Amino acid sequence: MKKIEAIIRKSKFDDVKDALHQIDVNFFSYWDVTGVGNEKEGHVYRGVSYSTSDIQRRFLSIVVSDPILDRTVEAILKTAFTGIVGDGKIFVSNIEEAYRIRTKEKGSESLK
Amino acid sequence: MDNTLFTVNNVWLMICTALVFLMHLGFSLLEIGLTRQKNTINILFKNVFILSIGLVLYALVGFNLMYPGSFIGGVLPDHFFSLFGLSMPENGLTAEYANGGYTYWTDFLFQGMFAATAATIVSGAVAERIKLGSFMIFTIIYVGIIYPITGSWKWGGGWLNDLGFYDFAGSTLVHSVGGWAALVAVWLLGARIGKFKKDGTIGAIPGHNIPLATTGVFILWIGWFGFNGGSVLSADPGKTSLVLVTTCLAAASGGLSAFLVTLFKYKQYDLSMFLNGVLGGLVGITAGADMMSVTDAIVIGSIAGTLIVLGVGFIDRLKLDDPVGAIAVHLICGIWGTLAVGIFGEMSGWGQLGKQAIGIVAVGAFCITASFTIISILKKFVGIRVSEEEEQDGLDIHEHGMDAYPDFRLNQH
Repeated sequence: MKKIEAIIRKSKFDDVKDALHQIDVNFFSYWDVTGVGNEKEGHVYRGVSYSTSDIQRRFLSIVVSDPILDRTVEAILKTAFTGIVGDGKIFVSNIEEAYRIRTKEKGSESLK
Repeated sequence: MDNTLFTVNNVWLMICTALVFLMHLGFSLLEIGLTRQKNTINILFKNVFILSIGLVLYALVGFNLMYPGSFIGGVLPDHFFSLFGLSMPENGLTAEYANGGYTYWTDFLFQGMFAATAATIVSGAVAERIKLGSFMIFTIIYVGIIYPITGSWKWGGGWLNDLGFYDFAGSTLVHSVGGWAALVAVWLLGARIGKFKKDGTIGAIPGHNIPLATTGVFILWIGWFGFNGGSVLSADPGKTSLVLVTTCLAAASGGLSAFLVTLFKYKQYDLSMFLNGVLGGLVGITAGADMMSVTDAIVIGSIAGTLIVLGVGFIDRLKLDDPVGAIAVHLICGIWGTLAVGIFGEMSGWGQLGKQAIGIVAVGAFCITASFTIISILKKFVGIRVSEEEEQDGLDIHEHGMDAYPDFRLNQH
């Protein structure tokens, strides 16, 4: 089992979510994050222009069984892409064990 | 006329002017409450712009255009060359000016506060996707020229007034005028991304701050004390108190009926529909607030509340995306309120109902034509819709470079 953590543009979230549903990844969590990166965002406040590298993005945490990993990563790479600096990153790491609380199933059974 | 009475009347009208001013705050809060966090600055910007430009335009041209005094054939104001700016008539500050009701200055400011309302109605319907520049151009033409022209037909003593059409405080002349433009604008603009899904289902895009929307409705409600109460055009004790009673009862019964119909139809206690119902009741009573009995007001309000629930669903099914329900509230209930003058109260009768219908159709045809022309030209030459990326990220960050709540990390979707 693998955990995929993806940081993507908020504007691409709906597309990514649809793409994940299409390859039957129906269970994941997400939240809004602020981070720093190579991009800078311009702002104006009471006549003062300033730019900040504090950028808002959406963070997705997806746990999948090994055979689905490549498809999932590909789906995110494809749908979250714009080609402009700031498209985000994907991290993959190992998951030791997973349980479904309701049925007490464990391993990849619990991810279905 | 007794000078004391003149002063009292004038003070009442100035208080009402302040109350109508407050309605702009109410509309702003309602509108941001029922839309998403990422477009808040954009909506507030539009609302501040509408009021500011509305007052200036009303001084430059609107007031004279709306109250020309005399007409050619009941339609065209007959003094094109003295149309611009405010010019105090000789008796403008004396009791002679308006039967001791108010001074020329009060007259201007009270009517000026009304004028901007028509564009505010449009603002809610086109929220979250319209290009700011195009909206501002539209507002300038609509508030500066179109609103005063239709207003002059009735309140300025034009042909609808001669016909016997009745619109006490503007169900048609203010609310429908805004509502028709909202309908045309929403149609030409298209729906927000995510409102109508590919499979044909209707998506819900919930507002981000229901407490603000509720505050907005309460402020609008009290603002209506001035909108209708001031339209008596004096502090006449009997009339003003009657108008306040009918206004409040229609608002209350509008809200109640909207919430009950929603409960029956969708099995939910839906606050947003309750709020829209209150506004529907207020718009509905506005055309005949001084003509109705207590029972009439409650019936008119209840029907308006029901129309809101059916109207919002109907507009969704037409694939028109109206984020705040402005078309149902201001157009549908505006039409209903205008017709209600011919059905209930002191003026009711088939003849009056016919006259009311003529007024609705004439104003509707003029407003649809005008707004269609303006918005189509804008669409062709400047574009009226923001880019997809801007719509997804929110108009605040692109058009204004600002976050409405920079220190909060609430859910932005």
